[in-house]
Amino acid sequence: MSVLSFRDVRVRYGSHTVLKDVSLEIGDGEVVGLVGESGSGKSTMARAAVGLAPVTGGEILLDGRPIPRRGPVRPVQMVFQDPYSSLDPRMTVGESVAEAMPGRPGKQARRAEITRLLTLVHLDPSRADDLPGRLSGGQRQRVALARALAARPEVIIADEITSSLDVSVQGAVLNLVRDMQRELGLSMLFISHNLAVVRYVAGRVAVMYGGEIVEQGPAAQVLGAPRHEYTRHLLAAVPGTIPTVKEPT
Amino acid sequence: MRAARVLLRPVGLAGIGLLVLVVLVAAFGPILWDGRATVVDTDHLLAGPSADHWIGTDNLGRDLFFRVLVATRLSIVLALAATAISIVLGVVLGAAPMLAGRRVGRVITWAVNVLVAFPGLLLVLFFAVIFGVGARGAALAVGLAGAPGFARLCHTLVAGVSERDYVAAARIAGVGRFRVLFRHVLPNVAEPLIVNATMAAGSVLLSFAGLSFLGLGVQAPSYDWGRLMQDGLNGIYIHPLAALAPGLAVILAGLAFNLTGEALAGAFGIGDVATVRTALGQATATELTAPVPGAVLSVDDLRVTLPGVHQPVHAVRGVTFAIKDGEAVGVVGESGSGKSMTALAVADLIEQPARVEANHLVFAGEDLTVPGDPESRRKHLGTSLAIVFQDPMTSFNPAHRIGPQLAEVSRAHQGLRRRAALARAVDRLRAVRIREPERRARQYPFQFSGGMRQRAMIGMGLMGTPRLIIADEPTTSLDVTVQSQVLALLAEVRRDTGAALLLISHDVSVVTDVCDRVLVMYAGRIVEELPAADLRTLARHPYTKALVAAVPDMETDLDRPLAVIPGVPIDPPHVPIGCAFAARCPLADDHCRAVDPPLLADAAGNRVACHKAAPHSVTSKVTA
Repeated sequence: MSVLSFRDVRVRYGSHTVLKDVSLEIGDGEVVGLVGESGSGKSTMARAAVGLAPVTGGEILLDGRPIPRRGPVRPVQMVFQDPYSSLDPRMTVGESVAEAMPGRPGKQARRAEITRLLTLVHLDPSRADDLPGRLSGGQRQRVALARALAARPEVIIADEITSSLDVSVQGAVLNLVRDMQRELGLSMLFISHNLAVVRYVAGRVAVMYGGEIVEQGPAAQVLGAPRHEYTRHLLAAVPGTIPTVKEPT
Repeated sequence: MRAARVLLRPVGLAGIGLLVLVVLVAAFGPILWDGRATVVDTDHLLAGPSADHWIGTDNLGRDLFFRVLVATRLSIVLALAATAISIVLGVVLGAAPMLAGRRVGRVITWAVNVLVAFPGLLLVLFFAVIFGVGARGAALAVGLAGAPGFARLCHTLVAGVSERDYVAAARIAGVGRFRVLFRHVLPNVAEPLIVNATMAAGSVLLSFAGLSFLGLGVQAPSYDWGRLMQDGLNGIYIHPLAALAPGLAVILAGLAFNLTGEALAGAFGIGDVATVRTALGQATATELTAPVPGAVLSVDDLRVTLPGVHQPVHAVRGVTFAIKDGEAVGVVGESGSGKSMTALAVADLIEQPARVEANHLVFAGEDLTVPGDPESRRKHLGTSLAIVFQDPMTSFNPAHRIGPQLAEVSRAHQGLRRRAALARAVDRLRAVRIREPERRARQYPFQFSGGMRQRAMIGMGLMGTPRLIIADEPTTSLDVTVQSQVLALLAEVRRDTGAALLLISHDVSVVTDVCDRVLVMYAGRIVEELPAADLRTLARHPYTKALVAAVPDMETDLDRPLAVIPGVPIDPPHVPIGCAFAARCPLADDHCRAVDPPLLADAAGNRVACHKAAPHSVTSKVTA
């Protein structure tokens, strides 16, 4: 696994600067949580990392080298927010997963790999022949995760992947994310507006505001003893209990 | 299945029947009747209808009936050829912006837009002159003239699909643009394109007839329907059938294409297919019961039934609760639990063909299940009920300014004049803490941020004097900071007006923060009711416990996996016989699977519907 670095990344649409020289490092095997309000530039970070947003300044590097944007190997993969839009309704689960596989594996190898990946995300491999229409939101999100893993990525960007799921399903997906990070040692940028969710999966947290990262550090520190005004503001708004963060072990 | 059913409706049958007939005549007409259509009968030049020649003969004495039949092939083939040219060019031009990249794509789109603006007939005449008079020239002309329209349609459809995340995912995975186009985009835009192409074939047929009629299309000795019409026109006052018969053929063939297109549209789910839904079945008997005294809202055995594809869907299956004046009650549950349907039923917003039944549904003294004067009902609900929906973008009319939309309430229900109503709207916008309310009132909904739209929506509820505010996931689409502002505003409004609150949310923490009592819904029923403060600690239903445990908060133990509820939520059309939660419940036994547990109240007034729920030895309601 590898290190993904944003170095003074700037993204501009017309005269509107969405990312203002943002620097962030996602270490080897580390989950970095990215929080902030909508419009703060969280999703633009994600899209810039996978080449969906035009980087007008700075650079995004993987292990110190530019991320390949051509050819079969795509080491940075992304999982999207809306599980109802992220799978082609006309392709079976298996086809969707297989599409992301690098190279052109034979029929047998493909089948085996689909089975392995679906099992990895706790889905019954017999669902490979189903169309997404027959799957629930949580199951679709697992397929999306399996597809991202099929590309054998070194870094996964998860953009609000539990926001549109029911709470009972959200828990299962979060557990899965933690399991996979432990088992596969994945580096991950985990974007969410839900601080409790970020606290649960991320070791380090970065807070975005107005296209800039205003604070970053270990989750316990940022969420437990915030230094920036905006982070405090954000934490105070969380419904429920007064925020305290225990030390992760 | 569904496609077959739709195609077998009268429109589909007529369209496909006609189309088959036209195609058969086109295929076999020239083989069977070419001889009779070309044989010259000098004894009967320009003759009228007779036993030998049903619709007469032309100036060479050829039988017109058979000429119309034989002309089918050329007319149809030319129409299809021109349509094919339109489609192929249209798809290429429509998909090009996606392949060519930003700058070139913009030029193509721009060019297509200019061409679309040209009158079609002008293009046809222009191309007809370029390509020369004749069948081939006319086919190219009509085909090219139709291409911009298709390109525009195709471009719009492609742009819609290109924005879907699965296209982005395929790109990220390294799938090339052409493969994305052929694998993901074109299959997902094919249906509307086919439907449109079928309908376009009908109008192309007409254009062709027109061109030939004007002498720009098919030239003698070939003939199509337009050509025959032109020949027949000279004698229209003597032998009207000679011109009318080919005209009729054009109409029939055009209808065949259009009706088939219409039926295809229905089969692909673009048109209105509501008629295939099932009936709701018999209404169940209701017994009138008295409302809970002192309650602003009292609901007894509320049932909401929706028409489903195979059988009626029982979205709400007997919900009983009451909200006291000024009280805040939360409803939590997953999607499909019936919580939103309950809210809509209370607001009298469920319309035919869905059915709402209840022993009583009394809001502020008026039973909404009893048919009443719709005018006074509207006034009653319009002034004493406020509603805030999840998506503030769709709850305002995007074409009207905010101020007048709020003022509308007072004008309709309180009889205020325009100026006075607008003044009140500005005042209410100020009351919900919108800065510069005079200026904001003149703005359109899109100029408001999500949080401000929710404020304005609450402001709209405050135009009257609400006794109950129904808020259906009011903060789900908002950021946490904005969420806390909106919730604070709701609390403030309740303090000022004494209004009760029915808050629907999937977020357990929001409900515990805001509400006095919580109703937990599962599969269209209330499974537990308890004080909000006890939700985390004293819940007795396994579903409530699981729901609370499944949501991480800022205190969650990071070393243990989150609790999950195994299985998937109940699909509303398929509710099992026994306890609906039994399949996902760790405590369930055969009794649970066979008998649906009733919702029983304990001494403190807390209710739970579970065979396994142990009664509390000490009730927690001393303070309440």
